[in-house]
Amino acid sequence: MTMNNVGRPTAPGAAATASGHTSLTGARGLLQDEPLIFELGGWDKTGVDFDPPDHDAYDLGDLVRTAPIGIPGLSEPETLRHYVRLSQKNHAIDLALYPLGSCTMKHNPRLNEKMARLPGFADLHPLQPQSTAQGALELMDRLAHWLKTLTGMPAVALTPKAGAHGELCGLLCIKAAHEAAGNGDRRRVLVPTSAHGTNPATAAFVGYSVEEIAQTADGRVDLADLEAKLGPDVAAIMVTNPNTCGLFEREIIEIARITHAHGAYFYCDGANFNAIVGRVRPGDLGVDAMHINLHKTFSTPHGGGGPGAGPVVLSEALAPFAPAPWLVHGPDGLELVEEARDQAAQTFGRMCAFQGQMGMFVRAYAYMRSHGSDGLRQVAEDAVLNANYIKAVLSAEMTPAFPDGPCMHEALFDDHWLEGTGVTTLDFAKAMIDEGFHPMTMYFPLVVHGAMLIEPTETESKRELDRFCDALLALARAAKAGDVERFTGAPYLAPLSRLDETMAARKPKLTWRPEHATPLAAE
Amino acid sequence: MRFTKDHEWVEVDGDVATVGITAYAAEQLGDVVFVETPDVGKTVKAGDGFAVVESVKAASDVYAPISGEVVEANAALGDAPETVNAAPEASGWFAKVKLSNPAEVDALMDRHAYEAYLQTL
Amino acid sequence: MRYLPLTPDDRAQMLGVIGAADIDALFADVPAAARKRELFDLPKRAGELEVERELGALAARNRPAGDGTFFCGAGAYRHHVPASVDHIIQRSEFLTSYTPYQPEIAQGTLQVLFEFQTQVAALTGMDVANASMYDGSTACAEAVMMAKRVTRREKAILSGGVHPHYAAVTQTIAHAEGMTIVRQAAAIDAEAAVIDAIDSTVACVVVQTPNVFGVVTDVTKIAEAAHAAGALLIVVTTEAVSFGLLKSPGEMGADIAVAEGQSIGVGLNYGGPYVGLFACREKLVRQMPGRLCGETLDAQGRRGYVLTLSTREQHIRREKATSNICTNSGLCALAFTIHLSLLGEVGLRQMAALSHSRARELVGALNGVCEVLTPRYFNEIAVRVPNASAAVEALLADGIVAGVPYSRLAPEAGLDDVLLLAVTETTTSADIAALSAALKGRLGR
Repeated sequence: MTMNNVGRPTAPGAAATASGHTSLTGARGLLQDEPLIFELGGWDKTGVDFDPPDHDAYDLGDLVRTAPIGIPGLSEPETLRHYVRLSQKNHAIDLALYPLGSCTMKHNPRLNEKMARLPGFADLHPLQPQSTAQGALELMDRLAHWLKTLTGMPAVALTPKAGAHGELCGLLCIKAAHEAAGNGDRRRVLVPTSAHGTNPATAAFVGYSVEEIAQTADGRVDLADLEAKLGPDVAAIMVTNPNTCGLFEREIIEIARITHAHGAYFYCDGANFNAIVGRVRPGDLGVDAMHINLHKTFSTPHGGGGPGAGPVVLSEALAPFAPAPWLVHGPDGLELVEEARDQAAQTFGRMCAFQGQMGMFVRAYAYMRSHGSDGLRQVAEDAVLNANYIKAVLSAEMTPAFPDGPCMHEALFDDHWLEGTGVTTLDFAKAMIDEGFHPMTMYFPLVVHGAMLIEPTETESKRELDRFCDALLALARAAKAGDVERFTGAPYLAPLSRLDETMAARKPKLTWRPEHATPLAAE
Repeated sequence: MRFTKDHEWVEVDGDVATVGITAYAAEQLGDVVFVETPDVGKTVKAGDGFAVVESVKAASDVYAPISGEVVEANAALGDAPETVNAAPEASGWFAKVKLSNPAEVDALMDRHAYEAYLQTL
Repeated sequence: MRYLPLTPDDRAQMLGVIGAADIDALFADVPAAARKRELFDLPKRAGELEVERELGALAARNRPAGDGTFFCGAGAYRHHVPASVDHIIQRSEFLTSYTPYQPEIAQGTLQVLFEFQTQVAALTGMDVANASMYDGSTACAEAVMMAKRVTRREKAILSGGVHPHYAAVTQTIAHAEGMTIVRQAAAIDAEAAVIDAIDSTVACVVVQTPNVFGVVTDVTKIAEAAHAAGALLIVVTTEAVSFGLLKSPGEMGADIAVAEGQSIGVGLNYGGPYVGLFACREKLVRQMPGRLCGETLDAQGRRGYVLTLSTREQHIRREKATSNICTNSGLCALAFTIHLSLLGEVGLRQMAALSHSRARELVGALNGVCEVLTPRYFNEIAVRVPNASAAVEALLADGIVAGVPYSRLAPEAGLDDVLLLAVTETTTSADIAALSAALKGRLGR
């Protein structure tokens, strides 16, 4: 069998119970215990007032639903309380540094929210006549111009709805290009071991077999291994740059060259574009396709897990295969071409209904315009500066995975420094919660033991960086001093202590049902 | 009982082999939350993936240590995957396979050899 | 720059701590040929006022749906969203948090997802639902891929009433996966025609109700035929408000129900972001794509929620994952859940009844004006208007956005005289009268 053990305990085990005072109701000061919406009794209420319909009889016979639906409703004040109480159980960028490596948790400017809510954008129907939406199409065109200029690429497909959706778009372009050239028998995609999970998942989703490229001791693609694995059956390589170890691939131009020499395309995972925006153009590195996570580099809010947006920039070779719809400048203004009009069209198809994440386009464009070419360059510089500062300061107690040379926008540590302390990477991360910080990305990339990947982003002040580093250094010293319980039982001060993921997975409860409801505070 | 380097075990009774994962493997995986056993009637070749065992954070393929036809799968694991942790080399078995090439069993390690192998990991 | 806190002094001090001479030293790994010294040919930074002016001017060149008479539907619907929904989703703790990977400090998002999953399962009449997909169209494609995994068969039949964009997205993904999609010719009222195409090689049949022409269909017989052949029935719904009035996919025997959730809480947004709803039978849950939130206990025995069954997903299963989806549509799912929590069953039924009632009013008003092609409808109908595209353009002069010509969705279908009209509780009697009069004028009746 394959052993895919990542060493994380998933049952709370010996996690300690919080000591000291408990309230009589389960509340903790301002933090309320909040039941599910289904437990608040709103079976015959509504928080929305409607006029009664003019026709009360339906003409739909037995197509009408007669059984209860099972959805409670609440008045507006009750609804606000419920969701505001829930919101207070979340960590957020607006509360403190949120150092999730690879996720680029930067400040979300509120101007962008305001712009996206202008009725001229928010209240547009995707299929209303294009003559009534010229301003929206113009915004998409300007966004496309910025993305193409910043990446040095000639074309962009705007419709993909997230990073992984962009990867899918890029690989579908590559597959279509190979098929058009009579190279449909190229079946393999090469992906470094350190890649995001979406890369191999995407390649497999479009029917490719996936092979891993080895990594060198200094955390980069092993060129010799890549060259050995390239061949006439390789369709593409998928390389993240800067890579998931937070390092720039020094040999990137050579990687592109040998990939092209073997007739394969170079897909670049652009998740880490924030590190180089305004300073380096992927087009100058030999990239054929790259998705841009607008929700990372261009700061559209993560919203607890989306929505994102993942436009894909394309080289001349791949541009003809881009998905519908696309924009053209016509005699009457901008036109969205929604269907291929002739047999010569080479588009691979369609990624989604309509034209992509317009709400995210508005926010990303407002972000770009606010920064300008000079501000975006400063974004990359400050993001890299902040990461290197954290790496330098934390190296006093922690072991960087790649100590030599600078990192880019994120600092990667391994767990060597925890050896013999009885504290794991997971424990350490959970103890950060008690100190008021969200943990860093843990156990990723897979190539580094007990990985801790810290991405501060450029929107942190030096004061906040120092506060963060002081907290981590204090924790590191506590771990080395044998204060193990501080870690193994952590978090003590969060809304909940460690959760039993084993129980959740063995007997999944995925919806509320009256018969299996458990009491809010099981004694 | 015979063992593979991939941490599967085989116990032969007549021409039927019972297959599971070793105590060492169960320990390494942590809390098992789900087991996908092979369909009865399926023909497997030694080295093919024939079952999947999942913990919360990992999914691992289990390879058939021997070739043959699956004659029974351990249905009890559906409701109680934790049996794989509690008794990996007994009631936590995965499937029974009617051997098509019994000689394959001889090529596997005995317990002594397997334990020596574990020392090298 | 207002979003960048570091001062020049900070930067100099930090470079000193790092031991780097200047910022360029930190970019030393970039090949010299790719280092851009000069600024890119783009405008420089701009203040809030300037950005607001530019985007305000762009927005002013568009005609919002709410500015007047408006009948577009075909997969996106303009319903009224209560003000409190937008207020809550703009709270920092929801807006600026990440996917809930650390459950101890993400119970807000997780409990919302659990509520969302429960609501979606209830609406669709299914056992379980996931934490959302990008939109209805991608949910449809994912459902077809899931049917392939469940049945190990490689053919899917799509009815002629499935939204053409949904069919195109499904075909695009299926083509890459080597799956065969049989797409039946566009047909206004022929969802049951898929029955004739079912055989033992079919993984699933995909039907839509209400379909793209607005036709409501009882799919019970289709479910029976699919199940008899060992195939799955996937039911697509693009107007989630219809669940408040119509029999659910689950009640009619669907194995997987997918829907566009946009019309509850999300708004039009010129096509995105939206929220895909994905629900299925419990026994299929391990083949489901996307994130799932589950209930559990913490170390002190208190109820809490976590992301669960993650071994299906790309970050663990990598090339063997059920889907490559990672980021989904969390904030839109939150908006959906809040709006539905305000509505409740009482409000949702009223909203659905109102929308349907407006459609009846529309059908009445068009009597003698043009032929209504949709025999059983919820809030959307197809009508016969010669050269529907030209009619829509012409009616703009009267300030009326007169719906979606079917030919815009599927120019090759040869249905140039089919116009799709949708109404909701936001449509007024005056809107309906204006449309009716304008069409009457154009058609010379």
